[in-house]
This record gives sequence, structure tokens and C-alpha cells, in this order.
Amino acid sequence: MVTPQIFHFAEPLTLECNRTLPSFDLIVETYGTLNSDKSNAVLICHALSGSHHAAGFHSNDDKKAGWWDNMIGPNKAIDTNQFYVVCVNNIGSCFGSTGPTTINPDSVHADDDTSEHSESQVYGPDFPLVTIKDWVKTQAILSDRLGIDIWHAVVGGSMGGMQALQWSVDYPDRLKRCVVIASTPKLSAQNIAFNEVARQSILSDPDFKDGRYLQAGTYPRRGLILARMVGHITYLTDDAMKAKFGRDLKSGKFMYGYDVEFQVESYLRYQGERFSENFDANTYLLMTKALDYFDPTRGYLTSDCPSAPSTETTEPVTELEDSIGASVEASKTATQIELEDDLAVISNNEHNRQQELTALKAAFAHTQCQYLVVSFTTDWRFAPERSQEIVDALMATGKPVNYINVDAPHGHDSFLFDIPRYMGAVKGFLTAPFIADRQPKNNRQQPTGARS
Amino acid sequence: MRMDHQLAERWIAPQSHVLDLGCGNGELLAHLQQHRGVTGYGLEIDEEKINDGIAKGLSIIEQDLNDGLARFADNSFDTVVMARALQAVKAPDVLLLDMLRVAREAVITFPNFAHWQNRLHLGLKGLMPVSEALPYEWYNTPNIHLCTFKDFEQLCAKHDIHIINRFAVSDSEKGHTPLMKTLIRQAPNLLADVAIYRVTKQKPE
Repeated sequence: MVTPQIFHFAEPLTLECNRTLPSFDLIVETYGTLNSDKSNAVLICHALSGSHHAAGFHSNDDKKAGWWDNMIGPNKAIDTNQFYVVCVNNIGSCFGSTGPTTINPDSVHADDDTSEHSESQVYGPDFPLVTIKDWVKTQAILSDRLGIDIWHAVVGGSMGGMQALQWSVDYPDRLKRCVVIASTPKLSAQNIAFNEVARQSILSDPDFKDGRYLQAGTYPRRGLILARMVGHITYLTDDAMKAKFGRDLKSGKFMYGYDVEFQVESYLRYQGERFSENFDANTYLLMTKALDYFDPTRGYLTSDCPSAPSTETTEPVTELEDSIGASVEASKTATQIELEDDLAVISNNEHNRQQELTALKAAFAHTQCQYLVVSFTTDWRFAPERSQEIVDALMATGKPVNYINVDAPHGHDSFLFDIPRYMGAVKGFLTAPFIADRQPKNNRQQPTGARS
Repeated sequence: MRMDHQLAERWIAPQSHVLDLGCGNGELLAHLQQHRGVTGYGLEIDEEKINDGIAKGLSIIEQDLNDGLARFADNSFDTVVMARALQAVKAPDVLLLDMLRVAREAVITFPNFAHWQNRLHLGLKGLMPVSEALPYEWYNTPNIHLCTFKDFEQLCAKHDIHIINRFAVSDSEKGHTPLMKTLIRQAPNLLADVAIYRVTKQKPE
């Protein structure tokens, strides 16, 4: 049985977007016991729709355990007999930490003349956009409050993995181990596209009312359902859906209409509806935006990075090139041109890949923790290749890193499943001896890292 | 510790950066890390062995050696080690060159197919050899490119690979007697079942 705790932070918090929260609350759950030298603390970072409730039950008649209950608990991969586990609900969420559904202090003080506070309103769309970096900052502030100087490990899956990665970059001396599961160094254009579809479905719901639906007494339920349905499809795989639903019909025959006919439609609607009942639309918007913005390399690359082949040319040049191009292309066959285009794309991709690697290497240059990176073979939202980008950059910097690519059928959602190999790797990694005084070759050659 | 591991250790400089291909449960890496202050990575595909290596506090990367070493930059390691995996990869010659691209030196061990027991097995019995160094039946063996010491050295010569050291040993207990050791030195290709080579692409100074 677990009980969440609320921590109030009275000091103002300046966010990456340059806006400031005058104060903020964090709702937190902990499992296990902190040892006397506070060296056994593990921080859990949650994913998009997650919360502080990672493990255990809130009450005796609680039907569902916390979202990562198969990972966290006595004798489990993150063993609460051994570790003190902390899970924080991120700001901007709708599960108890300061977010769009909490009262905006500005609205309380706005009507000084009247004694009544009926005008006080929730933040709603006025809640500032937060980033992964902001979340990590609030988690570090919480660490100070808890008296935890160094985390034994920071662990997260998907969006949580991004936070873990950001921790290692922003507070290199405050964590010993970093577990990044089913995550990515940054979102691809396709990832952002899916997020945009989800956001547009909410924004275009007539009940959204510019985000002030709570004041208006409406709720963009349909938009949120649709957003979750799109998201849900990307978290699963074709095979997993086929195995679960196939083309099974609810009534056994075609109805020739737009009601729910296939089992998979019924499932998606059910998931969407359940989600829309307890998730705030503004939170969904800002969390997907935080995903899009995530980029741990920001601020680590300056002019020393080789620039990409310029796609931005001034107009006169473009015109000139176009006319030259036209005359040249007239003498080539269509196949030749196509081939050249393909080659250009390939070389451009390779260039971009190299640039990404350089940027990540720069970001990871000062990290001091050991990493475990986990991907899942069927995850196409954040495919194994994305995890491998992280691994390659860490290896190129000579940092200690383990990588496993777990064969699992559940797509991106695999990180929530009890897969023995995956659980075993996390458990082994967390209990393995920590070799602090590694001096990798690359660091010796380029003494840029601030080692202590 | 395994004989070939003991010898591999001798040729790996303290504090150096090592890549261990087919590192298994990381036995050699762990030893090098503890006793020689070595850093580095092990590549492995066996799931259980990877987890064992992770639990030892090593850096283990899941990777199929057949995918090559493209993810590693030129000369990013001091030494690449590959113990008894060369014979199991699809293109051992390509991998060998790739190893010498990412590191200055490579330490390679592999079973000798020309070992007298193997010759006897095939020559007299007419059966594919099964021995301590090659403990598989022909139909379930992961070893698809078996070679002899002579074959390996010919491959090295063809690609201008310089052999710095060579050591032939026998896995069996009999192989450790002084007499056997002397005999092995006389006729390694006949009497030794495992060889450890230390090779480089760079001209010796």
C-alpha cells in the first residue's frame, strides 16, 4: 500500500521558455527505505500518460497497480528491499503536480478590489510550455529537498528515458547509473507528425474552447479520444494487433455503416474513452510538445560543428541553379536524374547522421554515469536504431554503456511488460559493481571532460 | 582462466582501450578491467551471456559480428580481441580487416582444424571431427569457416597483415606437460588445437 506525498516549493521556477512559475507542487510516491548514507535512491521518470503512481496499490479495493508495478517491488528488477525508489509526477501533468488544472495564482490576485475569490481560475492554456530539461530541473530541486545528493540510478522508459538521458547531461555528478528504455535522442519528423495529428484532433474539437473548457463547462472529449487512438496505434504493432483482434467482427457480419464493427475499432474507442475520462487535454498538448522539443544536444554545439550542405540559398541563386539544372537535366534520362536524386538523399542522410553523432558526442562528453540502453525489436515509434544512436555516441566518447535489443512482440509498449530478459538486465545493471575510475582512451586524448 | 585468455592478457597493455568481439559473459573483460585497468566494450549476441556481463559491471553491447564494425571509428581502440569467434562469422576475412581498422592490434584465437585428432577423425574414421576445441556435430556447429594455422597465416600474408606474436596451445590436460609443450613448438599445426595470434596492419617500428 502506498500513499502519495505533496511537496510544495515556494521559490519561483524559471522555465526554458523564459516564463516563471511563482511556486509549484510536486506529487511524489516512494517505495522502500532510504539507507543512512542516502546512497540507495533510484529515481523513476514517467512517460507521456504516466504519473507518480508507479507501483503498488493506493487502497485495498484498488483494482489496478501502479504503471510499472512489474518492474518495481520487493525482489523485482528494481528491488525495493534494496533500493529507495522515488517517482515524481511532472509539472504540467494533471495528476497532482502543478499543471493546467491547478489554480493560476495570477487569477487569484487579479481581483484585489473584491473580497470574493470566485474569479480564481485554473491555468488551462495559460500554463507555460515545459520541456524535458525543466522536468529534470524540478526533479533535481526535489532531490535537494529529499537530501539525495547522488542517485544510485535514474530510470525511465520512452519520455521517461529522455528525462534519464537529460539527467546525465545536466547533472553529471548527481547520478551513478542511467537507464534509458525504448527512447530516442530526439524525435524524428514522423514522431512529431504523429504528435501533431494528436494535437490537432484536440485543438479542432469544438468543445476545446481555446483551452478554457473547464471554465466553459465543456470538455474536448472526442478530440482527446481521437488523439489517444492515434497514439495507441503507434505504440502497438501490426502483428500484436493481428494476434489480439485480427479482422474479427463484433456481430459476426458486415453492418455496412460507421458504427463499431471490427473488434480493433471497439478496442481503440474503449482505450480512448477510458483515457479521456482521466486525462486533461491541455496536459496532453503540452506533454507532446515537450517530446517534440526534446534535444539534449542543445547548447552543446556551436560554430565548431561542420555545417550541413545548405538548403537555404538566396532566391537569385536558386533561380540561376534552376535554369542551369533545367538545361543539364534536358540531356539526361529520367532514370539518371532519379538515381542522382537518390544518391544526393543518401549522402545528405549520411551527413546528417554524422552531424547528429557529433552533436550527441558533445552533449555526452561530460557525463559520469554508467548507462544501460534498452530497445525492443518491434518498437517502431522509437525504433532500435534510435537507441543505437545514443549507444554509438556514448561509445564514441568512451563512456561506459550497455545495450540490449529485446525481442518482444508488443511494440513501443514492450517497456511496460514483464519480459524476463529485460527485467534481468535492469536488475543486473542496478546491482553491478560501479567502476568509478574509468579513464577511457578518448577522454585521455582529449581532456575535455571534467573528471573528479 | 582459459589458456587463450591468459595469453591474450599478456598482449594487452595496461590502461588500454579494448574491444572484445564475442565477449561471452565478459570473463576476459572483467579480468582485464580488474587487473590491468583496461576500459572497453564487449560485443555479444547471446542474451544470457549479455545479462551476465552487465551484472559484472562491464560495458556489453548486443551486436551480431556479421553486421561488421561500422559503428566504430578508425583507430578508436588500442586492441581488438576475438576469442574463438572467427570461425563462426560469415566473412572472417572482412571482419579481420575491419578489426585492424578500428584498432592498432588484434588478438585472435581460433581452433586449429589441422590438429592431429581432427586429421585422424576425418582421415581414418571418415567422420567430421568432434573434439574439446570443436565440440559440435557437423549439423549443429556454429563454426562455418574452419581453418588451420597455415590457412590463417596465408590470409594474413595476402592482406599485408603482420603477425607480431603467435602461440599455439592445447586445450587438453595432456597438452600442458613439458614434453607436449616442446613438441607443440616443433609442429604447432599438427599438435596444437588452439592458436592465439597477435596481428597488426601497421608496420612494426
